[in-house]
Amino acid sequence: MIRLTTPITEDQIRQLKVGDEVLLNGRVVLSRDMGHKYMKEQKPEWLKPLLENMVIYHCGPVVKKHEDGHYSFVAAGPTTSIREEPYQAEVIETYKVRGVIGKGGMGKKTSEGLQKTGAVYLHATGGAGSLLAERCKRVVDVKMLEEFGSPEAFWIIEVEDFPLVVTMDSHGGSLHEIVLAESQARAKALMG
Amino acid sequence: MSECVIPTLTTLDVVQSKSVLPPGYKADLANLKGLDLTAPMLELLRRTTSRLPQDVIDALVKGRDAEEEGSRAFNTLNDMVRNIVLADGHVTPLCQDTGSIIVWVRHPFGLSQRAAKQQIRAAVVEATKRSWLRPNCVEALSGKNTGTNMDPFHEHHPAFHFEEWDKPDIDISVMQKGGGCENVGAQYRLPDAALGAGRDMKGVRKCIIDAVVKAQGQGCSPGILGVAIGGDRVTGYEKSKEIILRKLGTPNPDPKMDTFEQELTKDLNTLGIGPMGYGGTTTVLGVLVEEMYRHPASFYVSISYMCWSSRRGTLTLKPSGDVSFD
Repeated sequence: MIRLTTPITEDQIRQLKVGDEVLLNGRVVLSRDMGHKYMKEQKPEWLKPLLENMVIYHCGPVVKKHEDGHYSFVAAGPTTSIREEPYQAEVIETYKVRGVIGKGGMGKKTSEGLQKTGAVYLHATGGAGSLLAERCKRVVDVKMLEEFGSPEAFWIIEVEDFPLVVTMDSHGGSLHEIVLAESQARAKALMG
Repeated sequence: MSECVIPTLTTLDVVQSKSVLPPGYKADLANLKGLDLTAPMLELLRRTTSRLPQDVIDALVKGRDAEEEGSRAFNTLNDMVRNIVLADGHVTPLCQDTGSIIVWVRHPFGLSQRAAKQQIRAAVVEATKRSWLRPNCVEALSGKNTGTNMDPFHEHHPAFHFEEWDKPDIDISVMQKGGGCENVGAQYRLPDAALGAGRDMKGVRKCIIDAVVKAQGQGCSPGILGVAIGGDRVTGYEKSKEIILRKLGTPNPDPKMDTFEQELTKDLNTLGIGPMGYGGTTTVLGVLVEEMYRHPASFYVSISYMCWSSRRGTLTLKPSGDVSFD
């Protein structure tokens, strides 16, 4: 088990390999479909200090707003990452992002982006909304809540021992490609 | 995180004590015009969003225990079980994607469907306010979230299926179907030359294997497959979802279909996709198949993929006034 705390250096990321189990600590920024389209098309400057050497989490949480106005996460597991495939590599490069958390893995373009910039794809257990919300200790801030709505907003949070698996590393390795190839071969045999 | 979690949920007494229904609540089915389904429906949503059906838990635990202890597949299934216990204990959503809300209402003659729809919609709005549901209804092109889970046209979300029946009871079933698993559903038109699939069970089997391989872990495996053979493009998909209301482990009434389901489940679990697509022997929890009728020229196989967090539940109101949840 490897403990990582954001901000993360390129050197730390280059040491990670497919299959490594990671416990992540520190600040993480949530973003999904609308955020990624916005980052690619408008490249907003204000996000740079929030994202440099940081980690993006593909997640649309269930959020509770308390009476004193502060927020907490009620359920916060990963959403399917492949929808961000058209945007991810460019977002990683523009903002020097070191890690992307999601589920289901991503494609070739993202893999090339991970290799070029020095970043990894970190897989969280899909559907484990309650378990993962417990590891989201604090909501620090939220941006674009009005414009995007709660599931799509940039939530800035602090996580503690957030359990992850490296499924795509910065050397071109991808667990998803291996499982896909093996299952395709097995399917061929099953179909006869 | 590898300590083996025991899947013990809170007792029914505890669930009862947290109910939004007042103690001793009775439904007055003698007065269908005055009946208000809002509170029982809110209670149903509270339960489905936070408490996974026992048959699904049993299947997940069986899958976990078949994986090698300490493997990624084992740990992942173990985390899923841990999550189930937490969500139930806290009465919080099992998954942040609380899904699209699909409702089936079966009712006796005399119930106003318009009033029932209004009341059920009110319950969904309230469940959203209480953070039991995430607002999951957005305008298609702009992506603008209505914030309430309601579409302003009263047409698409929540989705309703009404049926009048000759029983005196009212049954309301709900399914919370996540977007990730909805995205990996598939519809095939047979014959399919690329798959080499003809208009027979061998062809149907090929479609299902193909859909599961294409889905990989994206639909949050291990999934449950609802498969409708026949129908048209709409009714086939509709049926494929309704089938997922069937409990895992209950036999298909058609013995031949039952054998098909069991054998195919075993075969699919040799694909090696495993929980979340990490590899492993638990790729699906079950396959549920139903045959329909079709136009002679069309042969569809419609497949709905339900994630491992198969949130479904049924509320029954009896003429005695009793309200039960399953």
